[in-house]
Amino acid sequence: MMNMQTMEMIRAGRARRRRRWLAVTIVLTVLALALCCAMLLMGNTFYPISDVVAVLLGEQIKGATFAIQTVRLPRMLAGLFAGFAFGVAGYIFQTMLRNPLANPNVIGITSGSSAAAVFCIIVLQSGRTLTFLVSVIAGLLTVLILYVLARGRSFSIGRMILVGIGIQAMCNSIITYLMLIGEEHNLPAAVRWLTGSLNGIRQEELPVLIACSLILVPAVCLLGRPLMMMELGEQSASSLGVRTDLTRVLLIVGAVVLSAVATAITGPIASVAFLAGPIAVRLAGAGSSNIIPAGLVGAVLVLAADLVGQFALPVKLPVGIITGIIGAPYLLFLLVQMNRRGEL
Amino acid sequence: MRSHTFEARELVSGYDQRMILDRVSLQIPAHQISVIIGANASGKSTLLKTLARVIKPAQGDVLLDGQSIYHIPPKQFARVVGLLPQSPIVPEGITVADLVGRGRYPHQSMFGLWRREDYEAVAEAMELMGISELANRSLDELSGGQRQRVWIAMALAQQTDILFLDEPTTYLDITYQVEILDLLTDLNRKYGTTIVMVLHDINLAARYADCLFALRQGRLIAEGKPSDVISSELIKEVFGLDCTIITDPVSLSPSIVPIGRHHGSGIKQMGGIVHVQ
Repeated sequence: MMNMQTMEMIRAGRARRRRRWLAVTIVLTVLALALCCAMLLMGNTFYPISDVVAVLLGEQIKGATFAIQTVRLPRMLAGLFAGFAFGVAGYIFQTMLRNPLANPNVIGITSGSSAAAVFCIIVLQSGRTLTFLVSVIAGLLTVLILYVLARGRSFSIGRMILVGIGIQAMCNSIITYLMLIGEEHNLPAAVRWLTGSLNGIRQEELPVLIACSLILVPAVCLLGRPLMMMELGEQSASSLGVRTDLTRVLLIVGAVVLSAVATAITGPIASVAFLAGPIAVRLAGAGSSNIIPAGLVGAVLVLAADLVGQFALPVKLPVGIITGIIGAPYLLFLLVQMNRRGEL
Repeated sequence: MRSHTFEARELVSGYDQRMILDRVSLQIPAHQISVIIGANASGKSTLLKTLARVIKPAQGDVLLDGQSIYHIPPKQFARVVGLLPQSPIVPEGITVADLVGRGRYPHQSMFGLWRREDYEAVAEAMELMGISELANRSLDELSGGQRQRVWIAMALAQQTDILFLDEPTTYLDITYQVEILDLLTDLNRKYGTTIVMVLHDINLAARYADCLFALRQGRLIAEGKPSDVISSELIKEVFGLDCTIITDPVSLSPSIVPIGRHHGSGIKQMGGIVHVQ
């Protein structure tokens, strides 16, 4: 008798959590799509929905076709997919390392990618493809260095974050130096790696980002449940039958490649990877795998910030500056909170 | 509950380059409560973690039903052997039922669909630990003793025949310590679950254990029933402590009374219970 009551409570609690997760995911999806539409409608000229739909279906409309197909659509797709990728990558790092500070931006992985890319552009004067590949590999190498340095006697997450902050400072000084010695005509391409921006995204760059997202996001989602177990700590996860080493390596590689590929196209859009996870968890609840909601929050943040940067202010600002402004107070808040709890 | 043989052979194990266990061989008696005792840094936790497959030994092997545990797929192993670590990590904002439900992981497919038996196992585990009413409460709101019951419930929901616990009573008040150990004994009596745990308190260990394993500097130096094993010589050897052994009037198990340097008057008055050097 008692047993039935308990089961009912468990069932009800679980159903409530799942409903909340589903509702949040649907609302975020709708929000992201609405922002996508706004990105296509708005610009120097406002085109009505009928024109936008016609252009997307392949019709030629003077002015509109150019603006939408070569400017707004690539911009929108880059924002959507890069934002999603940053959100997913950040959430994976934060959840796996159980620390909100742990994300590719803060622990220097993005800086590693950027430094390598700027080196390619300015010193090697290499083409886009090579730069892109080198930056992804540099991201993975940075993780490896980070992991080896943080291992010491026993692996410590705190040490990994501190080492990462050091690596970030080092990479940033390398970037600054390279920018100083670089030739002027190379600088615009290099600046792309410093502040995230959706300006001047080119159509032909998008397929790599979209393909990577379509392959890697479902792949990391399959590891969503082992990731939830790893939240309980290595020992618990391992005793529940999770292959912790393998899961960790796969998730890190997935997250780093996602974020490096997105960075190669939009540059490091500040704070998105850092904000998306905690916002998604706050909205959707802690009891589920929040990879998808985190990706959606990332996309919403990037698209919304880009719209604000383009249209809401007296001057046009790149998206990375807007997200940076949003992220900074949260970072301070976290530092104060963690310091108070003695986690730093 | 199925019967399993579980044994360690010549285990050498530790962290990185530093080996802590020195050729430990033992057999865990099925359907009994075994307790590992030893001083700090004697290798108790290392032994438990190595047996539970969290640490891979440098040498030697752990055999479940005669098969090396490293040849058993992790999820399959997790359906037979569970572990409650010493300080498990609580994800923020998680509810009690959600946490206990995670114990079902090794029984579920990749997509984690819940079947009837999952709900039943979670409900049963929560009832056994007396935490049904807390099902939809957040773990952050609970006391230390309640939390510990939630963690044990999670290990129970895993429905393993063998359960390892690393100091399940640390940080708890004496009342909760006894309560937790009573609940584990219920589990052992009711379902025949083989329990292996590390305990700090020798008197509680002697009371609750069917079988004791004593470690000293990574070596197994005594094993057997508490009444056979516990002596002032053994305690001196394991902990470096002078003590006298009395019979616990409640459980009739051996109980140690430490001597120390300042309070020996009782011994003098009564003509000395034990000879102290």
